[in-house]
Amino acid sequence: MMKRLLTILLALLILLSFSFTTSISAFAEDKNEVITLRISNCEEYIDLGDWNEVIDLDSGDIVGKNSMIVDFENWFYRTYHKRVKVEYSTFGTNEDLYNQITLGDEFDLVCPSDYMGMKMIDEGMLLPLSKEFFDETDKNNYYINGVSPYIKDLMDNTTIGDESWSKYSAGYMWGTMGFVYNPDVVTNEEASTWKLFENTKFSRQLTVKDSIRDTYFGVLGLIYADELSTDEFKNSKDYNQRITEVMNDTSVETVNKAEKELQKIKENVYSFETDSGKADMVSGKVSVNFQWSGDAVYTLDQAEEDDCYFEFAVPEESSNLWCDGWVMLKDGIGGNKDKQLAAEAFINFLSRPDNVVRNMYYIGYTSCISGGDDDTILDYINWCYAAEDDEEDTVNYPLGFFFTGDNNDKKYVIKTTEDQTRRQLYAQYPTEDVLNRCAVMMFFDDDANTRINQMWINIRCFNLATVPNYVWISFCAFVLIIALMIFLFKSRGRIFRKRIPKGYKKV
Amino acid sequence: MFRFSRKHLCIPYAVFLILFVIAPLLVVIYYAFTNGQGEFTLNNFANFFTDSNTIGTLLYSMFIALITTAICLFIAYPVAYILARSNFKKKSVLLILFIVPMWINFTLRITAVKEILTFLEGNLAYYPFLNTIIGMTYDFLPFMILPLYTTLEKIDNKLIEASYDLGANPATTFVKVTLPLSLPGIISGVTMVFLPVMTNYVVLDMLYNSTYIMGSLIGSYFNAYDWNNGSIISIILLAIIFVVTIITNRLGNGSEESRGAVL
Repeated sequence: MMKRLLTILLALLILLSFSFTTSISAFAEDKNEVITLRISNCEEYIDLGDWNEVIDLDSGDIVGKNSMIVDFENWFYRTYHKRVKVEYSTFGTNEDLYNQITLGDEFDLVCPSDYMGMKMIDEGMLLPLSKEFFDETDKNNYYINGVSPYIKDLMDNTTIGDESWSKYSAGYMWGTMGFVYNPDVVTNEEASTWKLFENTKFSRQLTVKDSIRDTYFGVLGLIYADELSTDEFKNSKDYNQRITEVMNDTSVETVNKAEKELQKIKENVYSFETDSGKADMVSGKVSVNFQWSGDAVYTLDQAEEDDCYFEFAVPEESSNLWCDGWVMLKDGIGGNKDKQLAAEAFINFLSRPDNVVRNMYYIGYTSCISGGDDDTILDYINWCYAAEDDEEDTVNYPLGFFFTGDNNDKKYVIKTTEDQTRRQLYAQYPTEDVLNRCAVMMFFDDDANTRINQMWINIRCFNLATVPNYVWISFCAFVLIIALMIFLFKSRGRIFRKRIPKGYKKV
Repeated sequence: MFRFSRKHLCIPYAVFLILFVIAPLLVVIYYAFTNGQGEFTLNNFANFFTDSNTIGTLLYSMFIALITTAICLFIAYPVAYILARSNFKKKSVLLILFIVPMWINFTLRITAVKEILTFLEGNLAYYPFLNTIIGMTYDFLPFMILPLYTTLEKIDNKLIEASYDLGANPATTFVKVTLPLSLPGIISGVTMVFLPVMTNYVVLDMLYNSTYIMGSLIGSYFNAYDWNNGSIISIILLAIIFVVTIITNRLGNGSEESRGAVL
């Protein structure tokens, strides 16, 4: 009796809870439709709020209280009078994201790196940004009104098939690749070339990335170092185009060459690292760390807290200009106009100058937004790097090319200390001549991808074919001796048979 | 009406098994025997056994696992023996002292090892193989001590006394009585160390050994969107584990105790 009562009670409870929740959600949907926006971003790649410092700029204080996502939801409601619920998730690597999407995970807005965005464009996975998004008259369109002319040009002029990159992707963060080095051990000159990889002076003292693409790019720089440094090449009319071609070379011969170089590099470096390089720099295990500019800023900051002063150098021959961008997925958005509005509004919200500063402060990377007429971002750079009034040894550091496209613009010259031209400011905002020698690395097509991956496996695996003959012979000898010993031990009774003393019989 | 019986207690386990073990395994099998276009193929399988890199990686992983297991056994056996056969009053406390490190997160422990090795060796990069062995041994030693300890402790003291009574010296007693009786413990210890070591690439990554072992090789294929070749390696690993388990079961005469010692 008791049991039956309990069962009925339980059933009732379950029924009740079901109807309760459904009625609540139905109620909520009736009241005002909630747009769900599924966003996937790299880990630690957005301001999650909760920091103590106040950035007191001339244009106003900036604080990071809430996470950017909560702030966006509130801002969206105030601006567009619609509720949006962001389902925010993160991914580890671009390849993880791609695998997730192809396996059926649905996202509306994601932030892959340049090459992955291009691969998605190439495979027709993306929805182009709407016309309204590029409407400069709408004051809520912070992206188009604030994006740096330098980045905009770059993205407009980079094409995938016949379509420009900027049609699908809105730039988020950008940077270069280079070497973080310890100036006590390595000179700036030594660190400013890809030949550093093979410099035996720093044998086992430098780390490279455990990432096929980044390390392959560096090796390309090494292979073509001499060619890229010739005056003939540097002064050629189509320099930019030529350098992009060279740094995107995935032909069979080049990959073979790269494999040979990498074998040498492997013997010269401390490790292939994904994340440990920063800590190893600070703890003094290594003196050079091949690094993305944003992580370089982070490393320099961290080291400073431990009273270590490192510097950053971008190789003279060429470097990678990378740019992560927000893209909308066809499968996620579908034809849902509200969703698209929310997705584009999210990009715009992140591009609002005060939010840009929050993100840059939190992440340490450099935003693609320069702010247009708004001076908040310039103020922030000055807040970070401008020299004190009484400081000597100051230099002028022009950034006009990034803000307006005119590098002579007096307004955008940062007066900073001399060491900053090799430290955080240089890592975060490289000079115009550095960027001129940078190239965007495109995605590998399927053939090149297989080829380069195979090369990487050849480098990283223990290859049986490389085992010299004498090792095989000694190995076989060893096995034979062991077998012989076991055999002798097992048959010791037969071989060393004890003689039966007189008067006894064998039983 | 639904009648509850003891069998139904297995339902949670069955559900878990189907969802998280069998279903993913089927997916892996699917990818292992198809090519990029989804057609059936055995090429992946052939690729594995004809490429000197993949075979080399397999042997390299096995070599690391073999040496680690041997060292673990060599270190763990005396410890377990002394612990189990001694008359310490606080035996359980001592045992806990050996197990406590197991409770600390292993990446944390390896980070500590890294610092110590740097102090001893100067530059870690010159001794990647040695570092790997040290790190692995440190990581898996408790897994060897525990099963050995449980089996050794269960050995009836009377058997050893009987051996002495029959005139055997301590060495003979050890070889003829204790060692054979502790075989189940050795076997479960070896299985618990050998197989995980073959794929534990985190230790290699953290101690800067840039040579791939099986785990990292699978990861590298997945990173290049090549799920087919990655899956076949998983399947081959599974087959190896299966074979090793069968062999060890044979060695231990399939004794129930050896399994029990693991748990």
